Amino acid sequence: MTTSTAAEPSPRTHPRPDDRPSASECPADAATDASAGKRVKLAARDLSKVFGPRPERALELLAQGGTKADAQKLGAAVGVYDVSLDIHEGETFVLMGLSGSGKSTLLRLLNRLHEPTAGQVLVDGLDITRLSRRELLAVRREKFSGMVFQQFAILPHRTVLDNVAYGLEVQGVGADERRRRALEATALVGLEGWEAYYPAELSGGMQQRVGLARALAVDADILLMDEAFSALDPLIRREMQDELIELQARVNKTIVFVTHDLDEALKLGDRIAIMKDARVVQVGTAEEILTDPADEYVEAFIEGVDRASVLTAANIMQPVKETALLRDGPNTARTKMRRHGLSGMLVVDRERRVHGYVTAKSLGAQLEDPDAPRDRIDPERMEPAVVVDMHEPLQGVIGLASEASKPIGVIDERGRLRGVVVKGAILAALAQPGQTGNGGVVAGSGVAREEGAGV
Amino acid sequence: MFDVRVPIRDWIETAVRYLQRQFATVFDGFADVVDAIIGALLSGFQAVPPLLLMGAIVLLVLWLAGWRLALFSAIGLLLIDNIGLWTPFLNTLALVVAAQLLIVLVGLPLGILAASSDTAERIMRPVLDFMQTMPAFVYLIPAVMFFGIGLVPGVVATFVFALPPLVRLVNLGIRQVPTDLIEAADAFGSTRWQKLVKVQFPVAMPTVLAGLNQSIMLNLSMVVIASMIGARGLGTEVLRGIQRINVGQGFEAGLAVVILAIILDRLTASLGKRQQRRARE
Repeated sequence: MTTSTAAEPSPRTHPRPDDRPSASECPADAATDASAGKRVKLAARDLSKVFGPRPERALELLAQGGTKADAQKLGAAVGVYDVSLDIHEGETFVLMGLSGSGKSTLLRLLNRLHEPTAGQVLVDGLDITRLSRRELLAVRREKFSGMVFQQFAILPHRTVLDNVAYGLEVQGVGADERRRRALEATALVGLEGWEAYYPAELSGGMQQRVGLARALAVDADILLMDEAFSALDPLIRREMQDELIELQARVNKTIVFVTHDLDEALKLGDRIAIMKDARVVQVGTAEEILTDPADEYVEAFIEGVDRASVLTAANIMQPVKETALLRDGPNTARTKMRRHGLSGMLVVDRERRVHGYVTAKSLGAQLEDPDAPRDRIDPERMEPAVVVDMHEPLQGVIGLASEASKPIGVIDERGRLRGVVVKGAILAALAQPGQTGNGGVVAGSGVAREEGAGV
Repeated sequence: MFDVRVPIRDWIETAVRYLQRQFATVFDGFADVVDAIIGALLSGFQAVPPLLLMGAIVLLVLWLAGWRLALFSAIGLLLIDNIGLWTPFLNTLALVVAAQLLIVLVGLPLGILAASSDTAERIMRPVLDFMQTMPAFVYLIPAVMFFGIGLVPGVVATFVFALPPLVRLVNLGIRQVPTDLIEAADAFGSTRWQKLVKVQFPVAMPTVLAGLNQSIMLNLSMVVIASMIGARGLGTEVLRGIQRINVGQGFEAGLAVVILAIILDRLTASLGKRQQRRARE
């Protein structure tokens, strides 16, 4: 019914005026996406934005099959052309494309920072393109948690706390509540203790935390993020991505995230829309896009990214922090766990062959049981360990990881423990180029990197 | 070359006379207001014993700009009193402060208007250029015609001459505010007023203060010129020095102007630095 491709394996491409989805004609349908069973929070309907004089003529030209370059001859710059999208409540929706593909423009159409040339933007079913200035202000305050910007866009003359409180301040929230909520949001992004500092005293990563906290303090449903992590150096960037995922699990916003980086898109996005030349060429989950790219452009983008079939367990395993030896007593094992902050460990013998898995809880039980042995870990209380051969392809590991709640032991040909795989590492490996034999994963496509290098 | 001379002279003459006749009440009303402001300032200054007023000024300087300038102010002000120029100094101070009040009152909104509308900026720019480059003496003539002789026409001539830099730099400062800050303000649902007061103006503040500083300096440069149309003060002393070829007298009064200029200049400059320091450190 709607434009969502979550349940459609074959994604639609360039919508033409004659095959427009019927969603805009039956508004009752707009609020729910029957195919995905999720509520549509934010939707674009035939949305276009043309900059420059006489935008209508450029649109006409495009409707007749003209290209972006043709429109440029009229002096018009086409930012977004005929985009229809449904963004679901609580999902992280990534807009991805190269610079100039229109992704940032599309993002700014969603809260009308840019005035659409044609089409509608529906927020909870309400067409905000028709609102007066005052009504629009109300929608921006109530439905949107502001926006997070690439260059942070925090105010240099305000302290961290006053920056975070900005959104609440313009809404007229009272000083006490404002302070309370701003403190909460500051703590949420890990900036406790920095409230009284000025932005210039903070690192880039911390400044972006301020930007994020400012958005979270408002606590509205929709969060718009424009290349939010692109200006940060790679390590900080990865850290912020992880934290966003963690935060999202807690706050459950509808996030629209713009990026030019495929890795970031795969890591963060529940669904991804790929943009090219002002149009959306494909929408889908990472899986759908990887398995069934809509056209050559998308294919070039994701070339070699299907790492799950290339990587093996050995590529993504991490060093084992600590193991319990068979001859360890329960107290020794428990101390080892505490020192490394673990809740469970693999049990190995002197040859490092895996015999089982033991948790802090079962060790505690053993210590309380007067009949249990004191000089070794009770084999009765051990759980079977989940192990995988180090040459096992990643796909197999993913299958195991989704079932197992504990870390997976990685063993070599002779059965010796070589490393562990934790769930997060799989996702990270899928989204990270470079660590593998297949080093050129994204660089090979030659497109995503170009822009990244300039950052 | 031509038989016909372009009668600019007559046009201006006619226009000024027309305005004088038609808007006499407006000009009189304006003159009364300015006169009242200057009068209030002057009687305020004169009501306070010189030492007390000096102390107040020095304390203000100490608070805003540090002990070095405060020390300089103390010595400078005592010297002015010592050479018997305290009363002319107060006259000049009243003239400068009144003119600057008017400049800020008019200049800020005009600068904001210019920043928010390209059309307004296009209209204002040549007018501002004209105001600033026309030799300052020329303003004295219509000022006298509209407002007579005294401090009021002095304030008006000073106002016209010293207004442009403030308008210009307020405009520039606001236009230079980074786009993403404006977008952030909009995205969080700020009204235009909130955006101006909470984002644009504070971010533009260093540039605005530079404009304020420039206009104060131009303002001071008019002091002597304005004395030619009867604006009493230090300028009058300089003028007397010229008329009597009394180099000592002229120099003393000139020195007093310099002392005032240095205090005002450093004071406004330090305001800008304070602002930046807060944001940077």
